[in-house]
Amino acid sequence: MTWIAENFELIASLTLVHLRQSLVALGLGFAISLALGWVAWRVEFLRSLLVTTTGLMYTIPSLALLMILPVATGMSAISEGNLIVALVVYAVAILLRSVVDGLESVGPEVRQAATALGYGPARRFAAVELPLAGPVILSGLRVTAVSTISLATVGILVGVTNLGYLFTNGLQRRIIPEVFSGILAVAVVALAIDLLLVLLGRALMPWTRPAAAKRRSLSPHTAGAGEAP
Amino acid sequence: MNLISDALAWIADPQQWQGGDSLQLLIGQHLMYTAWAVLIAGAIAIPLGWMIGHTGKGREAAMAVSGAARAVPSFGLLILLVLLMGVLHKPEAALLTFVLLAIPSLLAGAYGGFEAIDRKTIDAARAMGMTEKEILFKVEIPLGLPLLLGGVRSAVLQVVATVTIAAYVNLGGLGLPIISGLNLRRFDMVLGGSLLVAALALLLDTLFMILSRWAVPHGLRLQRRPSANPARMLFRKPAPPMQRQER
Repeated sequence: MTWIAENFELIASLTLVHLRQSLVALGLGFAISLALGWVAWRVEFLRSLLVTTTGLMYTIPSLALLMILPVATGMSAISEGNLIVALVVYAVAILLRSVVDGLESVGPEVRQAATALGYGPARRFAAVELPLAGPVILSGLRVTAVSTISLATVGILVGVTNLGYLFTNGLQRRIIPEVFSGILAVAVVALAIDLLLVLLGRALMPWTRPAAAKRRSLSPHTAGAGEAP
Repeated sequence: MNLISDALAWIADPQQWQGGDSLQLLIGQHLMYTAWAVLIAGAIAIPLGWMIGHTGKGREAAMAVSGAARAVPSFGLLILLVLLMGVLHKPEAALLTFVLLAIPSLLAGAYGGFEAIDRKTIDAARAMGMTEKEILFKVEIPLGLPLLLGGVRSAVLQVVATVTIAAYVNLGGLGLPIISGLNLRRFDMVLGGSLLVAALALLLDTLFMILSRWAVPHGLRLQRRPSANPARMLFRKPAPPMQRQER
């Protein structure tokens, strides 16, 4: 505990850097997934192609991607930009599927009703389809946020400083509290962002608030499970 | 593109396939870590997930623990465990890290598979007089298999990707050429190792894609053709005799 108290400033500044890197990547990944997801959903023949290709990107190990990317982008491997691009690739790999799944979960009768009410494609997307796809997209975004924040630590292996610094430095100097504080800081940041996303989702999508969810979960599904002899 | 051809040349060089750090040895180590980690994690998480799925109890707790576990960076956990367990127990520390990494996906696959089953199917099985054991082994486990396999697949891919960092604490695997290449500024090594890990991951992913097609129970495959759905034929009401005469 004394190590953590003595180096609190270092941990705090690394946390801020870490947060900046992951949030930029998350924001970019979300925007790209939304755009690509819309294309994949509207253009039938692109759908499986886009979802499968981006899904395959997820199978590339992070350390490998961090080294392969500079070849394609011309960026220096040790630059923060390189780490952010890699994190964006992983974010899109997870999120795109959620966006497409979410948009597909919107019933055709809802779409027809909106069209009948005079909604054009753009307004219908923004006012009807996207909000209804929201809960599915949000659950994908939560997984993406947590994994992005945790994954960013690998950046230290190619020389990008963030909370991962506490791991490599702690190993070299054999300071267990340093490594532990790094894990703790990453987990706290990840869980805080996750909580923030949940609250944001509740504010933006009031129909998904717990009261509504509780009413829905009283289906025979959970009721039956409790009655098992 | 020059770098990629250099990397391919590095992989193709017969020197890499000989001696103490030969590529087949590193690939073997990488696969061994992955296999053991997923097997141990499966032995813990799959029965637990089935129990949660069957009884419906402990689901919230399992979800909370899985969510928190996903927030823990495995790279940091590996280093922490190596420091805590001592240099002599490095392989065990690494294995424990990978086991912990694999558990959330496997657990979610196991209980998610049960939850996806239509409750009516289980009620029907119970109404037919199946015991709880029969329901578990003859209904829930086979029907939950496709989703469980999805969980195994993502666990394997996560572990394969993460075993790369084992080389950082000198445990070999395909991360070795990546990390020593980084220190030596030999980018053909780094890229060669990276390509091999990516290829290994893609290979395993393809393997699971084939497996998952095979894992769909026969009864579910039939269900896709509505006319051949035995359940629907059973529950179809017989036409009243009056109508038959009219025809």
